[in-house]
Amino acid sequence: MIQPPVDHNYEQGLSDKPPIRDDTKFAQSKITIFQYTSVTIFLFLISGFWQLQVRNSQFYDERALQNSIKSVPIVAPRGRILDRDGRVIVDNHTSYSLLLARELLKDEHLTAIAQGLDLDYDDLLAKVQRFRRRPKYVPIPIKDELGPADLAFVDSHHDFFPELLVIKSQKRLYPRDGMMAHVIGYTGEISEDELDSPEFANLEPGAVIGKFGIERQYNNTLMGVDGQRQVVVDNLGQVREELKNKPAIPGKDLKLTIDLDLQVVAELAMNGRNGAVVALDPRTGEVLAMVSRPTFDPNKFAVRIKPKDWKEIMDNPDNPMLNRAIQAQLAPGSTFKPIMALAGLETGSMDDKWTVRCPGGATFYGRYYHCHLKGGHGTVALHKAIVDSCDVYFYTLGNKMGIDKISYYEDIVGYGKKTGIDLPNEMAGVAPSEKWKLRTQRQKWYAGDTISLSIGQGALAVTPIQLARAIGGLAMGGVWRQPHLVQGPDWKDDPVKWALAKQNVDDVVSGMCGVVNEDGATGVRARIPGLQVCGKTGTAQVASEDYVKAHDKNDPNLKDNAWFVGFAPGDAPEIVVVALFEHGAESKFAAPIVRDVIKAYFDKKARLTYLQQQKDQAANKLAGLEQELTPGPRPPAAAPAPSPEVSR
Amino acid sequence: MARQFTFRDIDWVLVSIVLIICGVGVVQIFSATIDTDFHSAWWRQILYVACGLLLMYMAMSVDYHSLTHYVPWLYIAAVAALGGTALLGNTVFGSKRWIQIPGIGMRLQVSEFVKLVIILLVARYLTDLKRDELEIREMLILSGLVVVPVGLVLMQPDMGTALTYLAVLVAGAFVAGLRWKYVAAIAVMAVFVVPVGWHLLKDYQKARLVSFMDPERDPQGTGYQLIQSQIAVGAGGMFGKGVTKGTQTQLRFLPVPHTDFIFSAFAEEWGFVGVAAVLSLYFVMIMRIVQNAQTAPDRAGMYICMGVAGLLLFTVLVNVGMVVGRMPVTGIPLPFMSAGGSSIWSNFLALGLVNNVRLRTFIN
Repeated sequence: MIQPPVDHNYEQGLSDKPPIRDDTKFAQSKITIFQYTSVTIFLFLISGFWQLQVRNSQFYDERALQNSIKSVPIVAPRGRILDRDGRVIVDNHTSYSLLLARELLKDEHLTAIAQGLDLDYDDLLAKVQRFRRRPKYVPIPIKDELGPADLAFVDSHHDFFPELLVIKSQKRLYPRDGMMAHVIGYTGEISEDELDSPEFANLEPGAVIGKFGIERQYNNTLMGVDGQRQVVVDNLGQVREELKNKPAIPGKDLKLTIDLDLQVVAELAMNGRNGAVVALDPRTGEVLAMVSRPTFDPNKFAVRIKPKDWKEIMDNPDNPMLNRAIQAQLAPGSTFKPIMALAGLETGSMDDKWTVRCPGGATFYGRYYHCHLKGGHGTVALHKAIVDSCDVYFYTLGNKMGIDKISYYEDIVGYGKKTGIDLPNEMAGVAPSEKWKLRTQRQKWYAGDTISLSIGQGALAVTPIQLARAIGGLAMGGVWRQPHLVQGPDWKDDPVKWALAKQNVDDVVSGMCGVVNEDGATGVRARIPGLQVCGKTGTAQVASEDYVKAHDKNDPNLKDNAWFVGFAPGDAPEIVVVALFEHGAESKFAAPIVRDVIKAYFDKKARLTYLQQQKDQAANKLAGLEQELTPGPRPPAAAPAPSPEVSR
Repeated sequence: MARQFTFRDIDWVLVSIVLIICGVGVVQIFSATIDTDFHSAWWRQILYVACGLLLMYMAMSVDYHSLTHYVPWLYIAAVAALGGTALLGNTVFGSKRWIQIPGIGMRLQVSEFVKLVIILLVARYLTDLKRDELEIREMLILSGLVVVPVGLVLMQPDMGTALTYLAVLVAGAFVAGLRWKYVAAIAVMAVFVVPVGWHLLKDYQKARLVSFMDPERDPQGTGYQLIQSQIAVGAGGMFGKGVTKGTQTQLRFLPVPHTDFIFSAFAEEWGFVGVAAVLSLYFVMIMRIVQNAQTAPDRAGMYICMGVAGLLLFTVLVNVGMVVGRMPVTGIPLPFMSAGGSSIWSNFLALGLVNNVRLRTFIN
């Protein structure tokens, strides 16, 4: 037994001067109060548990479940976009981003993390400092688009740096340099307004949908159905257990009518220029190539665009987001003349023998109208009028026909109406008529308006796609197909047909053929040896001459727009191409673009034909040999061992 | 005076209750730390409890009269130790509370052991008065003595432990017969002191108090702990989710489920039935200590027992009250249940003091 030390003082105190009071009786009442207080405190505590565990246990049980059971969407991969030969234009790539979980973050790890991931330590530290004020559960994104080295680092250091979390996502990979950007469009996070629309009713916030172009138009095809994983997670969001797994249904691949070979040629031809190129197969309406310039980089839009990039695009006065192929509404200029000629012939207002004398201008209704050739064209009939693009001839023709007949044929070729191409936000252009002017300007039609209209000026405005469709249908002898980029299973071919007299069509086509193939004509730059290319130039004024004179003559934005529309071959057209070269001053600059595309088309065709022939020959040869080698009715002697020649 | 005591005279009911509570604690620590970095905490806790029993024995071997006799020295040593902690202590979770014991790789929380000195100090001072009522002058002197370690602990900063010192003071002063008018006067003073004290609080302490008033205001920040604790308790329901089955505990939504919030984890896994049983044990434990106070041979013994009772009642109230969201988050461990050597040992030492008093009753 341990002996406590003897307390002498205490012993003394006891004997010397006994305490006045050292009994504990006085405290009994207070101890009783203490006991009652204890009872009260325990009742207070137990009532707290009763409240939580017995009365509201269901409520808290649900909250505990909400804490631990999370539904994680499995993002369905979006379908790829292919060209007509099945070559991949748009693909997905798996992208990894790195997050820093701040609950687990140790400051002393930062140096090693920065070093291992090739990040700037000061930047990383500043980022961590910035997040200090935010709640702990908000992770810090520290690196996007992790490379293999980064992933290996994270993987091998998982035990040392548990704060590193890798997030995997699928990102859209678009062609570089904005190639085909306007056709393909881009995807992005669904907006509030889109969430409210019936089309996206079943989507959740944060879903990625097509926002522009084909991505938008065929979103339902490209977008799959997200799957869902129900998992048990801990407080760091790490998965402990999987309860349910509903796999995602991937989106379908989409095959475009675009031919990448042609598209690339058209893209290159438009480099450094503003405008558009559209190539159609007039027999089907298939769009073979479509270019709009200036362009933008859709990769910057993938999921979320940075404010800086967005500002850059929005501040560009040339409006790169405008798909000029279907949205630029401009005066077609002289490219309207073939349609005028057709209308004149079809309505019987003139025939191919009817002539007009062009002295370099003419006066109508008290106003003098110039021909583009100052000296005049002399006496001009239909063929020469088209080849030399004589303005006076068409002024006179238009004056003779009157607005009603012209607007009737505008309507037939589809001006003033959307072509119905499968892209969002197509523009309808303007096809002037008496009614149109009354409706929009509350003014009656003046006969002078008809004169400008006759050469594709005035209020007439068309989109490149409209022009391609109009001329293509004319060249096909009166069958206007609806342009389209996807020939899906539910594609309905519903062409506009008009019974045109074959002779009339031939007269116009022969004129257009002359434009390219006759020496000294306006479109000789589109000529391709050995191919009957037909076409028509167009130089459309952007502003009236008076306006240009009053302003800066050298302002490039006031320069004329250059058009060229061409198709080939003349007798059985397979391709029609429109090039718009904004502020290109003269139409001859647009012609080579069209020529390049047409040439690419026929070069490819020739190449394929040649390859097919080679293949057929080889197949024939093989079939012959097989027959030779087949034992059967022939005597065994007639089946020799294969010679070296055969084995080759 | 016979100085021998026998094991028969130890309060075995009290010790048994405490050991049952410790056993429940070990099971809960095991369940709450399974698959975590602290998975060895449960058997360490068993070691702590075993050492605790030894400490209890040592604390009851020395006559408490000698202990109260040496109070001035103990007091100086306590203040010096707290000062030393402030100078040499380890900073953990932004608070300087621990002192490294060289050699065995353990940290001791000095302020836990200072509790015992405060109990002895209050007992000694009040015994020396030898009157049935406590005058205001004496109350102020005693408060002044207690305020020094309170201040040192507040500076660590550790508001929870500092408040337990005051709880011992209040329990002692109450039993010593502090007049009601003084109680009223102190209450009025408190009303004026609170706004001043508010400015002295650290930001995180303010945040804790604010989120206690309205936890949903900052559900991911400071209020997070209170909300998650209430969810854990509520989800336990009547019969609990079963050991190692509570999602709040096992998936770590509950903060520190083996130390400060061990009772939330216990409530989730054992339900209202388990909670009622363990709270009853705590209640009987405190009543048992109060009974020892009633049968104490002299005032010093009574004050010591009442100091221990007041201390334990206050810690249980604050810790369990925090668990059910009826008290702010203060970070005091639950006596005999929460994992941790310092807390276990200081509480077993306190238990030793109670037994010490009891033994002298029978010896005389």
